[in-house]
Amino acid sequence: MDLNDIRTYFRVSKGIFQSLTVKAVDGVSLAINDGETVAIVGESGSGKTTLGRTALRLEDPVSGEIVFEGKNVLSVKVDTKWFRRKTQMIFQDPFTSLNPNMTVKQIIEEPLIIHDFDQNERERRISKALADVRLLPPEEFLPKFPHMLSGGQRQRVGIARCLVLEPKFMVADEPVSMIDASSRAEILSLIREIQKKYDVGVMYITHDIATAKYFSDRIAVMYAGKIVEHGDTIAVLKNPLHPYTIALMDAVPDPDPQNRFRFRKVVPGEPPSPITPPTGCRFHPRCPYATELCKEDEPLLREIESRLVACHFAERFAKQ
Amino acid sequence: MLEVSNAKLYYRTRRGTVKAVDDVSFNVGKGETLGLVGESGCGKSSTAIAIMRLLPRNVERYEGTVVFDGTNLMELSETEFRTQIRWQKMSMVFQGAMNSLNPVLKVGFQVAEPLILHQGANKRNSLERAKELFKLVGLPPDFVDRYPHELSGGMKQRVVIAMALVLSPNLVILDEPTSALDVSIQAQIMNLLKRLRNELDISFIFITHDVALASDLCDKIGVMYAGQLVELGSSEDVLLNPAHPYTQKLIASVPLLRGERMPSYIPGAPPDLVESFEGCRFYPRCPYGKEEYERKEPPLIEVGKGHFARCWLYGDQD
Repeated sequence: MDLNDIRTYFRVSKGIFQSLTVKAVDGVSLAINDGETVAIVGESGSGKTTLGRTALRLEDPVSGEIVFEGKNVLSVKVDTKWFRRKTQMIFQDPFTSLNPNMTVKQIIEEPLIIHDFDQNERERRISKALADVRLLPPEEFLPKFPHMLSGGQRQRVGIARCLVLEPKFMVADEPVSMIDASSRAEILSLIREIQKKYDVGVMYITHDIATAKYFSDRIAVMYAGKIVEHGDTIAVLKNPLHPYTIALMDAVPDPDPQNRFRFRKVVPGEPPSPITPPTGCRFHPRCPYATELCKEDEPLLREIESRLVACHFAERFAKQ
Repeated sequence: MLEVSNAKLYYRTRRGTVKAVDDVSFNVGKGETLGLVGESGCGKSSTAIAIMRLLPRNVERYEGTVVFDGTNLMELSETEFRTQIRWQKMSMVFQGAMNSLNPVLKVGFQVAEPLILHQGANKRNSLERAKELFKLVGLPPDFVDRYPHELSGGMKQRVVIAMALVLSPNLVILDEPTSALDVSIQAQIMNLLKRLRNELDISFIFITHDVALASDLCDKIGVMYAGQLVELGSSEDVLLNPAHPYTQKLIASVPLLRGERMPSYIPGAPPDLVESFEGCRFYPRCPYGKEEYERKEPPLIEVGKGHFARCWLYGDQD
C-alpha cells in the first residue's frame, strides 16, 4: 500500500451560502509493506482516522495517489470489488460495528456471500478464521449473538470477518480503545500474529503511543493533518526528534507511585482547528522551542538519523 | 474524614439482581486522594453513586454506613442530605460531564448556580465567585460569559471542575475526569488536579480504569473487581508490590512507554454481576486458584501494614 501526497478535504457549510474547507489530511505520503505494521499516532483531529479511511477509499482524496499491489486504485479502471476484498477495516467499537440481529456465523459469512464464494469454501474459510482469532470451539460461538460475547470476543469476531476474505492490507482504527485494559494486549497480539502469519500490511491507528511501541514496526506521528515524524518505532521512541512527539510521550504516565509528587511536563493549548491551521509549522503556537522562523516557514519532512522529521531544529533533539 | 463500611448497592433489572457494589469498605483522610481502579462494570462508578446517594430508581438494596466528619450519612433524610451534604461537603465530577453542560446558559452562571440555590447568594456576588474559580482552574475569568459551544473540550472539563468546587467541598469524587480528552489535554487536567490538591487541602476519590493515571494523583489505591475491593493499600504497596493476582495481572497488562516489558493480558472476562457468588470471584481467571477457592469467599486479609488483599493466598482457609 503506497500513499502518495494524499490530501483529503471536507466541505462544511457555514450559513446558507458559504462553505469552509476542512483539511483533514493535508499532504501525507506513507508506504506500508506486506507483513508490516505501521502505527499512525495522533490526537483527535489530527487526521489519522481520515487517512485510514482514505487508504481504503472510504473517503476520496482531493489529490494524491493510492497505489495498491502495483495498481492505482483511484483510477476508474481498477476493479473495486477486488480492492474491497483485498483491503479490510477493523473498527473501533465492537459494540456498534456488529449487527445485533445477526449471529456470529451470519456476520462472518456475509462478506463471503457478497464476494460469491461457494458453500464449501465459505465453511472452510469461516472455521479457519475462527481458529485464527481463537474463538474455539467454533460450534460454541457460531450460533451466538453479539450481545452474548465480551468486548474482546466481539472484537475477535470483527477481525474474523476481515480475515475470511484473506486481505493483504488492513486498517485497524483504535481497535482496543473500547476494550478493557486487561484484554487489550490480547487483541493487539492477535492482530500482530495474523499480520505476520499471512504477510498482511497493517495500518494501526491509535492515540496511545505506548501500545504503538509494542505492536508496530514503524510509527508515524500526525499533527493537524500532517506527518511530523516517521521512522522505526524503537528509534523514534528512544529519541524523538520532533517537539510534538516529545510532548506526546511526556504526557503519558507509566504506573509509578512517585508520579503524584511531580507535575507532568505539558504543552499549553489544544490542537488547532483544521479549517484555519496556523501558518508556518502547525505546532508552533504550542511548541516550547518555536522561533520566528517556525511562524513563517513551514518545515518539510526531511531525513535525519534515518527517519523523517518535519522540524527546523530537529538536530538539537538528537541524543548522542 | 470519609469512612465507608460494608457498602452494598444492588440494582433490580429484568435479568435479576445486579450486585454492583457488594460489601465495599474504605476510608479517605483529609487531603488524601484515593484511587478506585477497575475495569468497566466492576462497580467503581456505582460506589461513587452510593456515597453521593444519587440512586437510580431500580435500587433493590442500599446499605452499609458512610460516615463523613463524624456524621453517619445513612441516618440523614433525603432533605438533610441534599441541603447539608451533597455539593456542600462533597461534590462530584461526572464522567462525560463536560458534554452535559447546558448549551443555552453561560458557563459562568452554570458554575454560580449552586451558590444561588444553596446559599441564597445574589447573582452578582456569585458571578464574582465564579470568576475566582475560573482563575483557580486556569481559565480566563471573562470566560464566564461564554457558552459551552465556545469552549474546547479541555476548557469545558475545567468548567465542570470549577462547578464541583463552587461550594468549597471537603471531598470531590472524580469519575473518569479525563477519559474523553486527548493525552496532552489529559496531562494538563491532571496537573490542575495536583495543584488543586496542594492548594486547597481537598480530598479526592479518583475513579479510573487506567492504573497509570491513578499513579499520577493517588496516595492510596483500591482495586475493584466484580463489585468488590480486592486490594487496598498505599500507591507504593499496590503498584510496586501488588498482592492480589488480579492487581498483579492488571499492572502487567499496562504497556510501559519507558520500560521494556511486553504487556500481558488476563484471559477470560469478568463475571456477570447477576450471578450469585460463593467463592473467590477472580477464581475462573486466576493462575493460582485451587479448587476449594471456588466455594469459599476470601475476606480482605491484611498482608502488610494498611495493605489488604481479598485472596486466600494470604490466609489460612479455616
